[in-house]
Amino acid sequence: MRKVFDFHGGIHPPENKQQSLQTPIVKAGIPPLLVLPLSQHIGAPAVPAVAPGDRVLKGQLIGEARGFVSVPLHAPTSGTIEAVEERQIAHPSGHRAPCIVIRSDGLDEWIECRGIEDYTTLDKSDLLQRIRNAGIAGMGGAGFPSAVKLAVQPEKKISTLIINGTECEPYITADDALMRERAEQIVSGAMILRHLVEPEETLLGVEDNKPEAIATLLTAAQGTGLEVVSFPTKYPSGGEKQLIEILTGKQVPSGGLPADIGVVCQNMGSAAAIHDAVVLGRPLISRITTVTGDAIDQPQNFEVLLGTSMAYLLEKAGYRAERNNRLVMGGPMMGFTVPSPDVPVVKTTNCILAPSERELPTPPPAQACIRCGMCAEVCPASLLPQQMFWFAQGKEFDKLEQHNLFDCIECGACSYACPSNIPLVQYYRASKAEILQLRRDHEKSEHSRLRFEARQERLEREEREKAEKRAARKKAAEAKAKQGTANGEAEEDPIQAAIERAKAKKAAQQSAADAQGGSEGEREKLEKAVVSTRKRLDTAIAKLEQAQAEGSDLVEALQTGVDKTRLKLETAETALAALQNSSDSTTAESTSSTDAAQLAIEKAMAARAAEADLSPAEKARADLEKLEQRLEKSRAKLAQSRDAGDEEKIIEALEATVERLAGKVEQARQQLQQAESA
Amino acid sequence: MALMRVTSPHAHGPMSTQRVMQSVLLATVPGIIVLTHFFGFGTLVNILWGCVVALSCEALALKLRGRPLGFYLKDCSALVTAFLLCIALPPYSPWWLIAVGIASSILLAKHFYGGMGYNPFNPAMVGYVVLLISFPVQMTAWAPPRGVGELPGLMEALQACFVPATFDAVTLATPLDVMRQNSSLLVEDLWSQSPQFGRWAGIGWEWVNIAFLAGGCWLLYQRIFTWHAPVAMLASIALLAAIFNDAGSSASGGSPLFHLLSGATMFGAFFIVTDPVTSAVSLRGRLVYGALIGVLVYVIRVRGNYPDAVAFAVLIMNFAAPFIDHYTQPRTYGHEKSGGGS
Ligand code: SF4
Ligand code: SF4
Repeated sequence: MRKVFDFHGGIHPPENKQQSLQTPIVKAGIPPLLVLPLSQHIGAPAVPAVAPGDRVLKGQLIGEARGFVSVPLHAPTSGTIEAVEERQIAHPSGHRAPCIVIRSDGLDEWIECRGIEDYTTLDKSDLLQRIRNAGIAGMGGAGFPSAVKLAVQPEKKISTLIINGTECEPYITADDALMRERAEQIVSGAMILRHLVEPEETLLGVEDNKPEAIATLLTAAQGTGLEVVSFPTKYPSGGEKQLIEILTGKQVPSGGLPADIGVVCQNMGSAAAIHDAVVLGRPLISRITTVTGDAIDQPQNFEVLLGTSMAYLLEKAGYRAERNNRLVMGGPMMGFTVPSPDVPVVKTTNCILAPSERELPTPPPAQACIRCGMCAEVCPASLLPQQMFWFAQGKEFDKLEQHNLFDCIECGACSYACPSNIPLVQYYRASKAEILQLRRDHEKSEHSRLRFEARQERLEREEREKAEKRAARKKAAEAKAKQGTANGEAEEDPIQAAIERAKAKKAAQQSAADAQGGSEGEREKLEKAVVSTRKRLDTAIAKLEQAQAEGSDLVEALQTGVDKTRLKLETAETALAALQNSSDSTTAESTSSTDAAQLAIEKAMAARAAEADLSPAEKARADLEKLEQRLEKSRAKLAQSRDAGDEEKIIEALEATVERLAGKVEQARQQLQQAESA
Repeated sequence: MALMRVTSPHAHGPMSTQRVMQSVLLATVPGIIVLTHFFGFGTLVNILWGCVVALSCEALALKLRGRPLGFYLKDCSALVTAFLLCIALPPYSPWWLIAVGIASSILLAKHFYGGMGYNPFNPAMVGYVVLLISFPVQMTAWAPPRGVGELPGLMEALQACFVPATFDAVTLATPLDVMRQNSSLLVEDLWSQSPQFGRWAGIGWEWVNIAFLAGGCWLLYQRIFTWHAPVAMLASIALLAAIFNDAGSSASGGSPLFHLLSGATMFGAFFIVTDPVTSAVSLRGRLVYGALIGVLVYVIRVRGNYPDAVAFAVLIMNFAAPFIDHYTQPRTYGHEKSGGGS
C-alpha cells in the first residue's frame, strides 16, 4: 500500500451519497430544446459557428474556440439552430449569457466520427489538438480547458499524473457512478494522458468511502501500471492542492501551479471524455450529473446531454418543488444556488441538489465570533479564518493579505464548523473582490501617473534641447556676422539662396517621408505587439477567472500577471495610436508643404528669369527696393512680436533677420551707387 | 416555495455557540459537586445568586444597547461568566460582593467593550480582580474544608449570602497561603503540622482540582477547545515547581503535584485559560499563551501576596494575546514560512 499523507484541517460532513447510488446511470433522453452557453469553461467564450435555421448533426461543431484558453462547443444531438441569443444560465451571479439554442429533431443523427486505433503513433501535438477540439474542459467544477493543463512546458518535468476521483463533496456521486460503470473508459483515458504527459507515476486517487469504485478501477487498471490509491475520507480532500498533498506530501507553492512541483491533475470525468475523444473521435456532448436531495423522489445519476434544462432533469427524477427550499448546482459545500430550474446543464454540472428546508435549513442569523478557533482547526489552507473575518469586517485589506486571504480556496469548511453561524466565506469572497478592484484602480491611477510623468519629462527635455540649439545658432550667427563685416564680401544671391533653401526643405521632407515608411514598419510591429499582448491578456484573464472560480491561491499571482499584461497592452496601444496620429499629420503636412516648396522654387525661378532682362542699375534698384520692403516687414514683425511678448527665441530670430536685412540693404545701396556710377 | 439565493456552503455543522456554552456549564458540574462536598453549600448559593445578577445585568445591557434580548440571552454566555466567577469566589460570600463582581464582569468587562466576542479581558477574571483589590478581606476568607472545620448547613449558607451581618464566618488559610508564608519548616514538617494538607495538596483542594480536570477532559473530548493552552499552562507550572522544589526544604515553593492540585490550577487551566475570546488564536499561539500563564501563576504564587495567581496571570496575558497572535501566525498552505512577525 502506498503511503498517503494528511492535510491540515478538514471536516466530516454527513455524506448523503447513498441516496443517488441506488440505481445505475440512466440516460436522460433528448429534450425538445437544448440551450448551450458559449462559455461553459474558464477562458474566452466560444464563437458561434452556426446561424439560426442551420441544421446540425450530433457532434457537429457549433462554437469555435477563441484563443488558447478556450474550448469549442458541439451539438449534443441533431436538430435545427433555433437562436443564438442571451439566455439565463447557471452562474453564481445569476447572469444571462449568449447561448446557442438547438431544437432537437429526435433523430439523434451522428456526424461522422473518426477515432484512432493507435494514438501512440500520433504526434503529441496532434493528440493534444484532438483533445482540444473535442471541447473537453475540467469536469470537476471549475471547467479549465483540459488541453491547456496538459500542454505543460517541456522544461517542467512531470513526476506524477493524478486522476482525481475523490469527489469529497457530500451528495455528489457522478464520478463514483462513472468509476463503477465505466472504469475501462477511465483507465483508457488515463493511459492516453500518461502517454501525453510522460510522468514517472500515474495515480488514480479515490476516497475510501467508495469501495465499489475502487474495486472496479483496480480490476480495470490491472497490468496497466496505473496505480489506484485510496485514502481516508475527509472534506475537502478532492481540492486539487489537498489531493496533491495527500498523494505526494508536497504542497503547491502559493501563487504557483501543480506543474511547478511536477504534478498534473485531471478529473475522472475528463479522463473518460478524453478516451471518447481520442479512441472514438467523439466530442464532449454529454456528462454524468447527480440529481439528489430530499425534494427529489428518485435521486439518481443521469447521463445528460449538455444544454438539457435542469427542469427537464428534475422532472425525470420526481421533483417536489413544494418541498424544495433552494436549488443548488454543485454540492452543499461549494455549489451555488440558481434562480430557477430553467437553466441548462453545462460541462461542469456534476450535481443538482434540491434539498428540503429540514435537510439544509435556512442559515440562522450570525452570532458574534467567540474566537473559538474551530474555523482555524478545520481550514485546509492553515489560515486563521477568525482573524480574517475580523479584518474583513474592518476592511483592513493589508492585514487580510498579510493573513494570506488569497490562499483561501473558499472550501467552506470554516463556515461549516463555525458555532456562531458566521458566513465566513461570504466575507472572504467579498473582500477578495474588493481588493482586486482596488488593485485595478490603483494600477490605473499608477498608469496615468506614469504617463503624466513621462510627458512632463519629455516637455522638459524638449525645452532643454531648444535652449541648446538657440545658443548654438546665436553663436553661429555671431561668427557669421563677424566674418561678413571682416570680409565685406557680398552675400550670395538671395534668390539662389531661396531656391537652395526650398530645395533643402524638399529633400528634408523626402527623407521625412522615407522615415515615415520606416514608421510604417514600426506600426506593423506595434500592431503585432498589440494583438499578441491582447491574446496574452485574454489567456491571463481566463486563467485568473478559473483560479477565482476554484478559489485557488493562484489568484493573486495571476492578478498581477493580468494587470501587468493589461498595462503592456495599454502602452502598446497608446504607442500605436500615437504613431498613427503622428504619421497621419506628417503625411498631410508634408504633402502640403512639399507643394509649397515646389511653388516657392517656381516663383523664385520666374522672378529670376524676369530679372535677367533688367539693366544692372535697374536690377540693383529693384533689389534695394525689395530688400527695403523686407526689412520694413521684418521690423514690423519684430515690434509686433515684442509687443505680444512672444517667445524669446522668436524675437531673437526676428532680430537676427532685421540685422541681416539691414546689412543687405546697405550692400544693395552700395551696389546701386556702383551701378549708377558705372 | 420561492427558491432561496444564498452563498455556499449550504451545509452547516452541528456546533453552535449555545452548545459550546452549555457544554462548558455542564463540565463545571463535577467540580461544583466536589466543592460543595468539601466546603458546603456556599458555592452553590454563590452560583444561584450570581446567575440571577448576571442575567439581569446582561438583559439591562442589551436593552440599553438596543439589542434583541432573546437572541443574545440564549447564547448562555452570561451564565458561563456567572458560574466561573462564583466558583472562584470564596464560598459564603455576601450577596453584594457577588453582585459587584458580576456587574463588573458583565457590564464593565464585556458590554463596555462591545459585548460578546469583543472583550479583550476575561470577564470573570476582571470581576474577580476588581473584588480582590476592593475587598481583600472578604476575598481571602476561605472556609475550612470538611474534616478540618464545621460545615455550615444550607440555611446558614443562604444566611451568609443574603444577611451576611448575622453570619459568623469561620475561615482558614488555604494551603497555598501556608506554603507561601512558610520560611522555616521543611515541607515535610509543614505538612504534618498544618491541618490543611491532605495526600498530595490541600484537603478538599486536591479533589476539587481533579474534578475540574475531569470536566476539562470531557470538554476536550467534545472538541470544545484544543489541548494546547491548558496543557502548556500545566506543564510550565509543573516544570517550574520541579525546578524550585528544592527537595522539600524550607525554601521550597512546593512540589509539582502540590501546585497542580492546589488552588485554581485545574479550574484555571480548563475553564479560564481556554476562554477563546481573550486568548491567543493559533495553536502555536495558544501554546505560548498557556505556558506564559503557567509561569506567571507560579511566580505570583510563590513570590506575590495574593491567595491565588490565576486571575492576575490570565489578565496580564490577555494584554499580551494580540502580540502573541502577531508572532505565531500559522504557516499557510504553499508558503515557505509562517506569516507572523512581518
Ligand atoms: S469558528 Fe466562528 S466563532 Fe469560532 S473563531 Fe471561527 S469565526 Fe469565530
Ligand atoms: S473557506 Fe478559506 S478560510 Fe475557510 S476553511 Fe476553506 S480555505 Fe480556510
